[in-house]
Amino acid sequence: MILPPYARTLGIEIASGEADTPRLSLPFSLDVVGRPGFLHGGAIAGLLEFAALAALRHVLADDSVGIEPVTSTIDYMRGGRDKTTYAAGRVTRLGTRVANVEAFAWQDARDQLIAAARSNFLLVRPLA
Amino acid sequence: MLSFDLLRFVRGGFGGHGGRIGIEYHDHGTDWCELALPWREDLTGDDRTGAMAAGPVVSLLDVAASLAVWHRRGQFVPHATLDLRLDHLRAPRANEGVIGRGECYRIEESVSFVRGIAHEGDPDDPIAHLVGTYMVTGARP
Repeated sequence: MILPPYARTLGIEIASGEADTPRLSLPFSLDVVGRPGFLHGGAIAGLLEFAALAALRHVLADDSVGIEPVTSTIDYMRGGRDKTTYAAGRVTRLGTRVANVEAFAWQDARDQLIAAARSNFLLVRPLA
Repeated sequence: MLSFDLLRFVRGGFGGHGGRIGIEYHDHGTDWCELALPWREDLTGDDRTGAMAAGPVVSLLDVAASLAVWHRRGQFVPHATLDLRLDHLRAPRANEGVIGRGECYRIEESVSFVRGIAHEGDPDDPIAHLVGTYMVTGARP
């Protein structure tokens, strides 16, 4: 999987093997700071978006299918601190035209989420 | 409590993530603030299309809405984003910058309510709508 330009701008890296649902990591840096000492809500939204997309691409396993975001709802649960953030997505339903995907972000422990997103993506399949 | 002067706040430009992606001040009114995000290759979500990713648009609207809250309050009260809901109405166009307008339509003791719209120059042809809430982080003002 190749990360798009904005993911590279954020500093996102892929922190898992090819065979697994991709786990992304985001090192803390001045480029992703919001209020002093904390991650920017928009940077977290970007990380969650790419985690959701990566999970969906992983499940689809077909690069000819286009993916277009339609809605995204993000809950912020804890401030993102000066440390690495991890994120992974989970496809809750893969339909013909729509995919429902969740994504979660955490720092210290996976059960202590700093943010979560629920997104709907439109799937644009090539004409048969 | 610190009084909040929007123009003074944006005069020195944006730091942190807002500065990294190139957010600029555009316009404001009593309860709204508009910011601009010029197109840049490193903000795109897809090498093939050259269109901006959703993430920078969320960041733009998040900052614009935050500023709208402080401006409407007339005070800088630290807050954290509680939730954001984005509707991506259409795909952004290649090589187009984005204007993000955040509006604070209600302030309660510990929660501020915002809505926003992102477009590429024509507000009647938006690329995204936002609703969201911010939670006061310290002791209540």
